[in-house]
Amino acid sequence: MDKQHRYLPTTKEDRKEMLETIGVSSIKDLFSDIPESTRATKEKTVELEEALSEQALTRYMKGLADVNITTDTHAYFIGAGTYDHYIPSVVNHVLLRSEFMTAYTPYQPEASQGELQALFEFQTMMCELTGMDVANSSLYDGFTSLGEACNLATSATKRNEVVYSGAIHPQAKEVVGTYAYGMEYDVKEAGLDGTYTDMDALKELVSEQTAAVIIQYPNFYGTIEDLKAVKELCDATKTLLIVMANPLALALIESPGKLGADIVVGDTQPLGLPMNFGGPHCGYFAVKKKFMRKVPSRIVGQTTDEDGKRGFVMTLQTREQHIRREKATSNMSSNQALTALASSVFLSTVGKVGLQEMAQQNISHAHYVKNQLKAKGMEILSDDAFFNEFVVKCNEPIEEVSKKLLEQSIVSGYDVSDYLGTENALLLCVTEKRTKEEMDTLVDVLTGEGK
Amino acid sequence: MHTTYNDLVFEISRKGRQGYSLPESSIEKTDLKDVIPAHLMRETPAELPELSELQVMRHYTALSNKNFGIETGFYPLGSCTMKYNPKVNEDIARYSGFSNIHPLQPEMTAQGALELMYRLEENLKEVTGMDAISLQPAAGAQGEWSGLLIFKAYHEANGEGNQRKKILVPDSAHGTNPASAVVAGFDVVEIKSNKEGRVGVEALKEAIGPDTAGLMLTNPNTLGLFEVDIVEIARIVHDAGGLLYYDGANANAILGKSTPGEMGFDVVHLNLHKSFSTPHGGGGPGSGPIGVVDYLTDFMPSPRIEKDADTYKLTYDHPKSIGRVKGYYGNFGVNVRAYAYIRSMGAAGLQQVSEDAVLHANYLKARLEPYYDTPFKSICKHEFVLSGNRQKKLGVRTLDIAKRLLDYGFYAPTVYFPLIVEECLMIEPTETEAKETLDAFADAMIEIAKEAEENPEHVTGAPYTKSVRRLDEVTAARKPIVTYQRDTKAE
Ligand SMILES: Cc1ncc(COP(=O)(O)O)c(C=O)c1O
Repeated sequence: MDKQHRYLPTTKEDRKEMLETIGVSSIKDLFSDIPESTRATKEKTVELEEALSEQALTRYMKGLADVNITTDTHAYFIGAGTYDHYIPSVVNHVLLRSEFMTAYTPYQPEASQGELQALFEFQTMMCELTGMDVANSSLYDGFTSLGEACNLATSATKRNEVVYSGAIHPQAKEVVGTYAYGMEYDVKEAGLDGTYTDMDALKELVSEQTAAVIIQYPNFYGTIEDLKAVKELCDATKTLLIVMANPLALALIESPGKLGADIVVGDTQPLGLPMNFGGPHCGYFAVKKKFMRKVPSRIVGQTTDEDGKRGFVMTLQTREQHIRREKATSNMSSNQALTALASSVFLSTVGKVGLQEMAQQNISHAHYVKNQLKAKGMEILSDDAFFNEFVVKCNEPIEEVSKKLLEQSIVSGYDVSDYLGTENALLLCVTEKRTKEEMDTLVDVLTGEGK
Repeated sequence: MHTTYNDLVFEISRKGRQGYSLPESSIEKTDLKDVIPAHLMRETPAELPELSELQVMRHYTALSNKNFGIETGFYPLGSCTMKYNPKVNEDIARYSGFSNIHPLQPEMTAQGALELMYRLEENLKEVTGMDAISLQPAAGAQGEWSGLLIFKAYHEANGEGNQRKKILVPDSAHGTNPASAVVAGFDVVEIKSNKEGRVGVEALKEAIGPDTAGLMLTNPNTLGLFEVDIVEIARIVHDAGGLLYYDGANANAILGKSTPGEMGFDVVHLNLHKSFSTPHGGGGPGSGPIGVVDYLTDFMPSPRIEKDADTYKLTYDHPKSIGRVKGYYGNFGVNVRAYAYIRSMGAAGLQQVSEDAVLHANYLKARLEPYYDTPFKSICKHEFVLSGNRQKKLGVRTLDIAKRLLDYGFYAPTVYFPLIVEECLMIEPTETEAKETLDAFADAMIEIAKEAEENPEHVTGAPYTKSVRRLDEVTAARKPIVTYQRDTKAE
């Protein structure tokens, strides 16, 4: 390269001096160990577009970004696992602090106390919300956390099968299927009773071979499942209860821990993370104390330094791949520490009361829309206990509905017709961000009263 | 009460404080009792902190001041490629058109995002020499696991699923390699490195057989050495009916110089949070895309992305696919940053990256060689290992050297890995450090070697300048405290 690149400080003069110290005559000598037949040549090179200046780069990338419809211009009524929620400005400001953003896993705790303490606080917040004893410091996302939970359950119980409810997220089913393909256990599905898990089907399937039952709470269709009943069913066969929970809903609905869950997982995306087209989000993973030493990935613990001062370290590391290699509880190395930090900052900012208020607004908004639709004669397919999502039966195919809504600057809900085996079934989500005007427009379009 | 730097956020909290402002709602409040069964209503609220906005900022600023990042100073953590994370990429990833879009919104309303993913895949095909890329895996370890599931599916498709149950892994490999093999349902066979620190052809021939599913290799390996016999190794593996996996954690050494495709690998993962400059975030998020050669594309994770005339779409009909490994399409926001990086560098820039990374490593190695044991003499690639054995005889262990480096204003190298080198220090300077920084680090290492001779207690007592002294990790593991204990506020 002829021009000095802005990210590369080494000059021609530097290179000359360094080569002299090394005792070789050219850079080429440093690559002589790459076998000739595999080396790049003039004919066989990596071909990429020309490098862009900073201005050209931002202009180009802005062009790509501007093609997409966003929450800036449209009101989103889609949820289905990823949610458009309020994010206080402070969250991003903390994330931009390079001491957090550009660090890596806190291998040297004395120089990484900030990260360690922040993650210790995150673990505490997750335990508070879920009602569990121990939480790790994050996994890739909610679905992979569920996969890890199934791996833990099958290994802890030495049973070779998990049963999930038909009302968990379709992508969660797929990811669990992939984890099961890896570890070679069976997966069974208990069907639906309306938008609830079919308890009779579940009872039928669960046996002494079943390592765990998986319930989503609120479930994929927004419905709040009766965990207490599921727990009783599990107890009969000493089967573990895994709950995948929306952490925002847990501000108001009973914690899975209190209702007997053994493992609680989920995604903290509703807590301060932008939707990001699906990632990075942040998986959380919480367990009852007896499973502490089987948890995947990093856990931060409190300790003291030589002077007796409180400090934090990564702990119980004998679970992990860098110590135990093939005997580790999981293969996780990099996790989602920065997005865990985002959720911590979010929870510190919104706080104990704010989170309840926010959850309440979600419930109020979603029920307002549901009641309006119902009053205007629409059929509600999940007209029972729900949080911020419910299913409505539309009068025409969802694709048509979607188009009409887009014309009103609304991104419609998620088409769940195939999953429910019902035509024109639309899963709607109404968060605290939606205004009355937006909700009324939605209702007008769905009921055919729109302009 | 005065807030000190050592308080936990829960200790700063005070009932009634508020740091948020929720949108005004004109909707009547729904009575929870009407919509949630009594036994499913939360009885006791979660004890979350209550702070004002300034208190939040002051708390996290205080914490950040107790944390060391790349912009704080030199971060020579081997195998992690702690290069500069360009600021402009942070701006770009935050464009509303990338961050405020929903993964399930209609494809026609997210064409810019899909185009970016498609183009990144095309670029990564070039860099790796592979025929297809999936951006779904969230990090290196997930890439490994996905790749090994592809091995499994391939052998099953050939009717050899039950027979090929073993994955060969060199003893120098990263811990994720054997761990990933296990969660993919394989048994691990470890291959001992030869005296030169490489996979020996003889050892490989001995271990390989009709039960071999494949070999995982990091090239250059974790000692920073290129596997010079790679062509022969690939031939042996393929002749035995196995597949070859490339752990791309060390790809920073070979960009534009060679490709895993040319070397004969079948499946590759890259760590975009290493070679392609995306921030490590204090542990993540990363991104670990995988690439495969043409005869394995059918097994790739689903969905995949296609271009049809001028339209980009996701395709879901892949009956032989290993399935979905993660939600949605991977860590999209991380992939945006990596794509911005590639477009900022171009092919010539990436080649310069590898040349400078390798030059810097060899330079540091040359400067330190007189003072520390260097188990492997040959030229290295982008990183190298030292052994603290000489210092250990003086009573100073590698751990002590690492802690002492913190006092000199550096982060420590990776220590005690790879496991096959005693008292190992693994140093990766990266291409984004200036010569003056490399020299300052070398000077500090040389000074510490002298301290080990003249005043070993001073080294074993380090660090002295951080927010805490050495921490008791043994008690932390024996009597774990993993959440805030309300009744034990420390003074
Ligand atoms: C050589 C090597 N392989 C694999 C990994 C795993 O990558 P990740 O942490 O992204 O899962 C790492 C880094 O942690 C590594 O250094």
